[in-house]
Formats: sequence, structure tokens, C-alpha cells
Amino acid sequence: MSKSNFSRRGVLKTGAAFGGVLAAPTFFTSAANAFTNAPGASSVTFGFNVPQSGAYADEGADELRAYQLAVKHLNGEGDGGMLNTFSSRALDGTGILGRKVEYVTGDTQTKSDAARASARSMIEQDGAIMITGGSSSGVAVAVQGLCQEAGVIFMAGLTHSNDTTGKDKKANGFRHFFNAYMSAAALAPVLSANYGNDRKAYHLTADYTWGWTQEESIAAATENLGWETINKVRTPLGAGDFSQYITPILNSGADTLILNHYGNDMVNSLTQAVQFGLRDRQVNGKDFQIVVPLYSRLMAQGAGENVKGIFGSTNWHWSLQDEASQAFVRAFGQEYGFPPSQAAHTCYVQTLLYADAVQRGGDFNPCAVAEALEGFEFDGMGNGPTLYRAADHQCFKDVLVVKGKDNPSNQFDLLEVVDVTPADQVTYAPDHPMFAGGELGECNPGA
Amino acid sequence: MGDIVLQILNGLDKGSAYALIALGLTLIFGTLGVVNFAHGALFMLGAFVTVTFTNLLSFERVTLSETETTAWGSPLEIREPVLQAWFGDFGLWLIDYSVLVSILVAIPIMFIIGVVMERGLIKHFYSRPHAEQILVTFGLAIVLQEIVRTFYGANSISQSAPDALRGMMDFGVVLGFEPGMVPYPTWRFVYFFFAVVVIGGVFAFLQFTTFGMVVRAGMADRETVGLLGIDIDKRFTFMFGLAATVAGLAGVMYTPILSPNYQLGMDFLVLSFIVVVVGGMGSLPGAVAAGFLLGILQSFASMNEVKEIIPGIDQIIIYLVAVIILLTRPRGLLGRAGVMED
Repeated sequence: MSKSNFSRRGVLKTGAAFGGVLAAPTFFTSAANAFTNAPGASSVTFGFNVPQSGAYADEGADELRAYQLAVKHLNGEGDGGMLNTFSSRALDGTGILGRKVEYVTGDTQTKSDAARASARSMIEQDGAIMITGGSSSGVAVAVQGLCQEAGVIFMAGLTHSNDTTGKDKKANGFRHFFNAYMSAAALAPVLSANYGNDRKAYHLTADYTWGWTQEESIAAATENLGWETINKVRTPLGAGDFSQYITPILNSGADTLILNHYGNDMVNSLTQAVQFGLRDRQVNGKDFQIVVPLYSRLMAQGAGENVKGIFGSTNWHWSLQDEASQAFVRAFGQEYGFPPSQAAHTCYVQTLLYADAVQRGGDFNPCAVAEALEGFEFDGMGNGPTLYRAADHQCFKDVLVVKGKDNPSNQFDLLEVVDVTPADQVTYAPDHPMFAGGELGECNPGA
Repeated sequence: MGDIVLQILNGLDKGSAYALIALGLTLIFGTLGVVNFAHGALFMLGAFVTVTFTNLLSFERVTLSETETTAWGSPLEIREPVLQAWFGDFGLWLIDYSVLVSILVAIPIMFIIGVVMERGLIKHFYSRPHAEQILVTFGLAIVLQEIVRTFYGANSISQSAPDALRGMMDFGVVLGFEPGMVPYPTWRFVYFFFAVVVIGGVFAFLQFTTFGMVVRAGMADRETVGLLGIDIDKRFTFMFGLAATVAGLAGVMYTPILSPNYQLGMDFLVLSFIVVVVGGMGSLPGAVAAGFLLGILQSFASMNEVKEIIPGIDQIIIYLVAVIILLTRPRGLLGRAGVMED
């Protein structure tokens, strides 16, 4: 008679243990590797997490185009774009450390929970080693937190809130895009030169993290000029009709309206402010002016002729004449038939910067990548000499002040660059009060 | 005082859109007993009829430059408006007045869309529970807005009022205020008067025509009207088309106020549904009264003086008023007995 080695208790124990392993999130069970989603010998997978539906879907589509172009260039296809102008020569169009770059995409829907879910899926199911994307600071902060927990690098796309590299900064997160403080620091001298130092400003502000930090930054910068802040009014995100917020401005004594709005909110509030005749008014003996601290070409297209003559700031613009910008515009234009947006630019650059950091560090381990990016100085990416500061993982570079063009020559020629503010004028201390309250923490490799 | 008058004007203006959408919504509910959550999408479709029409009028002939190139090396496109080339000043006038002219195009298009929607989908759900009607019409709304997004993208598309109606009117002077105290965009007055005319037209149609009388009789007792040999279903289908047309026209005229995007309908749907409930399900005067009332209350709640006392009141005022009215008058302001009470 043979004796079985199986007992009921044993089977149950084994089953429970096996079930537990299957049920646990992948990134908690990757102890066999030194870090989360270590790539195989032939390919490495990036996760592009952009809004493919919702209010920022067009911007997300442009980001995705840029990511796909970056992947092509990394894999040696196309004309190489900014790989040819990038000051670091580590990348040679043969992928990264000999591996072909592949990618998966997720739809953030511009909602934090949806963005976290799609990022989690790309990490756990698709094995993405790096997540990148943007268009909303709320989303960027949420996904950055997830990537920190999961042990992957997050290369932020378009996110402009001070908080992303301020109180919500994370060791695994990096931002190339500029921020609200930099916009304000760049705009202030231009506003002073054009509108003087005796102005009464009225703020309409989108009621979420980006709007708050934009309002705080631009109000501080203009008050330093001598401007008086008459009122700061928070408006719900996606309010649509802003007439009830605009009419109180008419008799408020303000002679300047600062619109801390982005996307469709900016399109609607600016259009309606112009409809209510604000730009035709004379207040305090001055022409009434409107300022939009953060501009994008896609928004300018939505607002049409209402943007003419209005100042704002932008991270990059396709009309720049430096060799790197022209190389990117040429590659993007030949691929898609129109020039890239600033969102596309920052996403393209972030992908190349990540790949370069891996190549230089010789390792996909997120902590090795972080080490390679921290304090990295580079050029040839369209913004002039740039520093990835180690203290907060924020890039410091020149900032463009732009103005809505009076006589656009074509449908893309909507903004003109009126000033390039040098990086040292927009640089701040890592412990600046507007960025205080958070800790970078330790890099998490996820092992 | 000037600020108060301005907020009343804002409320009337906003209320005009609520009233127009709610009017169609309650008309459909009153005739067909359907809670149509795709009604906001009809408002959005109306706006995009204007966008399409304006695009057609502004159609440009594109030629490639032989000497100039773009920043990415392809030949520069030289664009010339076809209408201007063909008709000169009249062509320019047509483009300038495209929003108003598109009303003529929107009426048949929206009517047909309404009839097709009713005959093709909604009629199959007459005998189903309201929850299922809401689900299917809400699903239809999402499908419609995704179709629009596919063709027009997610960004807002700016539309201009005609030059002559783009400026400001100094309404305060009419009321005896100092000049410049109550300036208000001319187009928003146009929108308000347009809404009054459309609402008046719908009421007159129902009140003073035989067709309208039959429809009202059908709303009161569908079976008895049917027993008299009248095909009430056909008339109700017509009313669905009419409701779609009213929502569409509201969207057409709203385009210079709010640059349309594919989510425009959803922004108005929930508020308009609340307007219908507050006004009384199936009550046309109730929908109109509630539309203007809630529009004005929403505007006042946005005043800085009010928000200093109750922060955030501007975002909840409509829901708060709805709760209070439904607690004190469960049938809504002008609701009829027996509607949705079985």
C-alpha cells in the first residue's frame, strides 16, 4: 500500500500560499529582480500615460505623437531629431543599452483616479519601466506618487503647478516643464515694461492645485512690482460660462485681469472677458489689460483672435530658431504635417533624457537613473543650457514670454516670442516658501 | 446697484439657455413619458451645426507656394476664402453672419435628427422603466459626443457673433444709471430675446393651433385621444423633433457666448434636468420659470459679497434650491398631480 504525501491541510496551505502570490500586486513580488520591471535582453517598455479622452484629449494626442517620434528616433528610425543636437552623445539610435524601445499607452482621462489606474496597469500588466505623461498637475502629482510606491521613474509631461516639484516632489519623479513661479518671474519684468508699476489686478483662478500656485506666484511677482491685488476669485474647474465672475470686475476698480486658467477654461474666460468689453475699457486712466500667465498654442487656437496682444509665458515654441528646436520641428512636421506644441516638446525631451540617463548610467535601475539625472547639465534640447537640479528634480532653463500675434501668417502662427528670460532670473532656492512642505525622500527601486 | 443689475442680466442670459433646453426636455417627458438624457447632446449638436456651417462658408482654396516653405520643409500653403472670391462683399457678409444664417440650416437638420432618434431608438423604450430609458439615452449622449470629438477634436472652437452685434450695450443708461455702470454684451441681449421668441412660439403653437390642442389632449389622456381615431404617436414624434430643434437652436445661438466643444451638452444636461424637476415634471411654464429662477440665483450666488458669507455657495446653490423646493413642493413649482407619482 502506497502512502500519499498529500494531506488535506498541506494542500490547503499550498493552495493558500499560491493564491496569495497570484493575488499580490506584481510590484510587491519582484524581489527576484533588483528593481521593478527589469527589462529582458531584447526590449524595454515605456508607459505613455496621456489624456486620450476628456478636455485635454487634443493635447494628449500631441504628446503621444511626440512620444512615438522619440521612440522612433531612439530606435534609429527617422532623421534622429534632437538626438543630433543633444549635448550628451550617449545615445546612438540603437535603442537603450542594446534594447529596442517599445511602448504601451494609457488614458488618464485627466482624472487622478483613472490616471493612477492606467499607470498601475502599465506597470503591473505591461511591465513598463518608466511612466511619463501629463496635461494636468493634479494627475501628475497623483501618478508621481504611484510611481514612487511602485519603484519606477516618472518623467512628468505638461505639469505647471509648483507643487509637482514642491510640496509633492518625489525622488522617483522628474520634471522638465517649467512651473508657475518661473512663469511669474519671467512675466513680471515684461509686464512692468509694458504696463508700468501702478496697476490694480483682479485674479480669476481655477480652483485646484495648479490654479492656486499660479495665483500665488503671479500675485507675489506683480505685488513686488508695486501692483495692487484687488481681488482673487476662485472659479470651479470647467465652469463654462464665466460671465457671473467677469461682471464684478467691471465696477471693481481693477485695470488688469489675470486669468489663472488653462485649457478650455482659459479659452472661455478669455473669450468672455473680451466679449464684456474689458479690453476696450479705460480704468484709472489706463487701458484695461488681460494677462494669461500660461499659454499654449492649442489654447490660442481655441480662443481665436481674442489672444491678440495678450502676454503670457510658455515652456517652448515651435518658432524658435536654435538648431535643436528646428531639428525637432522638422522631424515632427515631416511626420505629422504641422508643428509640435509645447506639451509635445517637453514629452519628447523627457523621453530622450530618460533614455540618455540609462545609457550614461549603464543601468535601468530607477536609482541609477535618478543618480544620472540629478545635477545633469545639458544643452541642445531647444531651451538652451539646462540643469536638472538634484534638490527637487526640477529643470532650470530659459523661459519664453510670448504675446498673441496681431497678424498671424497661418493657423499655427498665433504667438510671438517677445522675451527670453534667462534661467538665472527664474531660479529659486530649493527651500523657497512656495515650494516648501514636502520631502524628496529616498529613491525607490521597487525591489 | 450696477453689480446687482449685471447679475440679473447674467441670470436671465444663463436662464435662457436652461429654459430652452428644459422646455424640450419636459415637452418630451410630457408627451412620450421619456426621460431623455440625450437632450444635452442635442444642444451640443446644434452648436456643431453652426461650427460646420461656418467652416463650410469659410472654406479656403489651398495652393502650394513654389517659393516659400514651412519650418519643416514642405511647401507653404496659401489659403484664400472661396466664398469671398466668388461673391466679394456678399461672401464676407455671409461669413460674418454665419451664426444667424445657420439657424435656417439647423432647423431641418435638428428636426430630422430628433425624428430619427425617436423612431430609431427611443420608441423601443416607451414601455420600459425610467431607469432603462435614462441608461439608453445617456449612452446615446456619450456616443454622440464621441462622434463629434472624432471629427472636431476635444478643444473648444471659437465662433464669432456678427460684427454689428459684437459690441456692448450700455443698459444702465436705460435704467437711469450713470453711463458705463451696466455695460452688457449685445449678443447676450440677442440671445435672451431669441429665447423669449422661441419659448413664446412653442407656447403659441401648443395653445393656438389644432395640432397643439391635440398634443395637449394627448399629454392629458393619450388613450382617449387614440380612441378618437387620432394617430397621437405621429404627433408625439413631431413634438420630439420640435424639442430637438429647440435644443439645437439654443446651441446654435450660444456658440458666440461659449466656444463649443464636444462636452458642451453634458455641462448643461444635469442643470437642465434639475430645472425640469424644480419646475415640475411635464410642466412647460414650470420649466421656463425654473430656468430663469435658477439662472438668476446661480449668478447672485457667484457674487463676491455672497461668497464671502457662504464660501462655495456658487457651486451648490442650484442643488440647494432644488432640495428646498422639492421638500416644500414635491411636485415642483408648477407640477401637475399624477406625473411620476404612480
